[in-house]
Amino acid sequence: MIHNQTMINQRPAPTNTIGPLAWLRANLFSGPINTLFTLIGLYVLYLLVVPTIQWAFINADWTGTTREDCSREGACWVFVKARFSQFMYGLYPRDEVWRANIVFAGFFALIAWLAIPRMPFKRWVAVLALVGFPVAAYVLLHGGYFDLPRVPTHRWGGLMLTLLLASVGMIGALPIGIVLALGRRSNMPIVKSFCVIFIEFWRGVPLITVLFMASVMLPLFLPSGISVDRLVRALIGLTLFQSAYMAEVIRGGLQAIPKGQEEAAAALGMTYWKRMGLIVMPQALKMMIPGIVNTFISLFKDTTLVMIIGLFDLLGIVQAALSDSNWLGFSIEGYVFAAFVFWIFCFSMSRYSQYLERKLNTGHKH
Amino acid sequence: MTQAATNSSDISTHDTSTDTSTPDLMVEMRGVNKWYGDFHVLRDIDFEVKRGERIVICGPSGSGKSTLIRCINHLEEHQQGEIVVGGVPLTQDVKRIEQIRRSVGMVFQHFNLFPHLSVLENCCIAPMWVQKKPRKEAEAQAMRYLERVKIAEQARKYPGQLSGGQQQRVAIARSLCMHPDIMLFDEPTSALDPEMIKEVLDVMVELANEGMTMLCVTHEMGFAKTVADRVIFMDQGQIIEENAPEPFFNNPQSERTQLFLSQILGH
Repeated sequence: MIHNQTMINQRPAPTNTIGPLAWLRANLFSGPINTLFTLIGLYVLYLLVVPTIQWAFINADWTGTTREDCSREGACWVFVKARFSQFMYGLYPRDEVWRANIVFAGFFALIAWLAIPRMPFKRWVAVLALVGFPVAAYVLLHGGYFDLPRVPTHRWGGLMLTLLLASVGMIGALPIGIVLALGRRSNMPIVKSFCVIFIEFWRGVPLITVLFMASVMLPLFLPSGISVDRLVRALIGLTLFQSAYMAEVIRGGLQAIPKGQEEAAAALGMTYWKRMGLIVMPQALKMMIPGIVNTFISLFKDTTLVMIIGLFDLLGIVQAALSDSNWLGFSIEGYVFAAFVFWIFCFSMSRYSQYLERKLNTGHKH
Repeated sequence: MTQAATNSSDISTHDTSTDTSTPDLMVEMRGVNKWYGDFHVLRDIDFEVKRGERIVICGPSGSGKSTLIRCINHLEEHQQGEIVVGGVPLTQDVKRIEQIRRSVGMVFQHFNLFPHLSVLENCCIAPMWVQKKPRKEAEAQAMRYLERVKIAEQARKYPGQLSGGQQQRVAIARSLCMHPDIMLFDEPTSALDPEMIKEVLDVMVELANEGMTMLCVTHEMGFAKTVADRVIFMDQGQIIEENAPEPFFNNPQSERTQLFLSQILGH
């Protein structure tokens, strides 16, 4: 039996199922209970948002230089303004701040170049970012070369220190994590047990303990006369700590890759490192972007813990500024500012990871 | 059983000399045994493949046929016996295993294409990284083989965008790009929808007609009848019967073969 002699043409969907009005009705007012929830939600939002905006913008004080310029009805951003340069550079000498600015500019320019898909010469820029830039940044920030006055690391601080800790931590933790994850899956018992012990040790210890050990205990083990810079010790501790987490994230990704992938690569005659580097790892890393970025974000925020070994990152320097007797009572403004800066960076990372996921998706689910 | 095994070795040498030292011997297995834990999966396998021979291996599931061909390129490790591939004895030595794998192509049941690479890149990656061919040359060669499996127009797509039959043809092209001396097929059509089986079998028949040495685990008896020089029947880790397709199908010697054939051809 033939039902239809002619093909049915495509027709548009009924108008009451598309468009913003239909969306509102389907999602916010689909029934009496949902309507009630929507209205309550809107009211709570109103209660929260209006005073916040009034405090942060409308009643806030923006101009002036001392606490007397603040009316105290809203936020006193004068405090943040007055201390802004400290929040950015810590105790970096004022006359040398231009050096930090160059490093900041280079840092953001390189990140933008690598993140924007249209830019050419990605490979060379990546090499520059990983090799050339760190050396140049060290020379500029630390000085002691080319007639630049030395600025010891204990004067580094603020956002500059936070970014330094975070980027060195990330760049160090990813490759170490990859090696550890591969080692943990290895058939070689010694390699495997070393990796398992390493990972479980670092994962089992709180980061604060690691930082304390790095700053207090490590010098005890070193031969006298040799001292490692406190910042370097913190960096090593942070990197090793995060690499253990990274290793477990990546191991999860490796386990999600079907065994057939490695077998197919092996059947083509690829060596272990080629199988891993060309076939398994690219797929695992892609799959693990959310997990890796999650680890990066927590690393970024964990950098605030270096405060307890006497390094002044962004949060540390804000807290130090709060105890200045000229500015007592402005802790809310200080913390809101610090939170806002952290949020900007973490949110950007999160958005970029979502973008990467979409871009790298080649429509496969094995 | 002993009876059948003796028979089969007689039959297997029916058309060529029995001299095992000829360099034309592509695969040679002597007394190969393998266990998965306690499970004896390959039992006393004696078996050889000559250059240009096309062999179909069949048998019930769990009979060890996949394991047998996976031992040839050391995706599975045998615990006893001797395997020689293209004159090179298979040992634990990684370099030697990789050397053998370069000359042995393999097509899998589930295709195992690399989903993060385009079809063209799938075919180029091994020639470029294993044989160190320049990209241009590797791509030109890949396009030739993709044309041969009639899928060149999809070269820029990703495996996830292709049908199963198309993916399997790409997988065959990917193997051919390494210029293998022998091709192993591990149930290449078992994961395919019925209407896609033919397009893959056509490619395999064509390959066979060009003289490629092929070792094929499959239940496609039509393919075995038209293409195979020899059909091998395995059960419970043993080679039960080995014969040219015509006598194998028309006059199976062992009871188990008869039972298997009646089950597979009966409906």
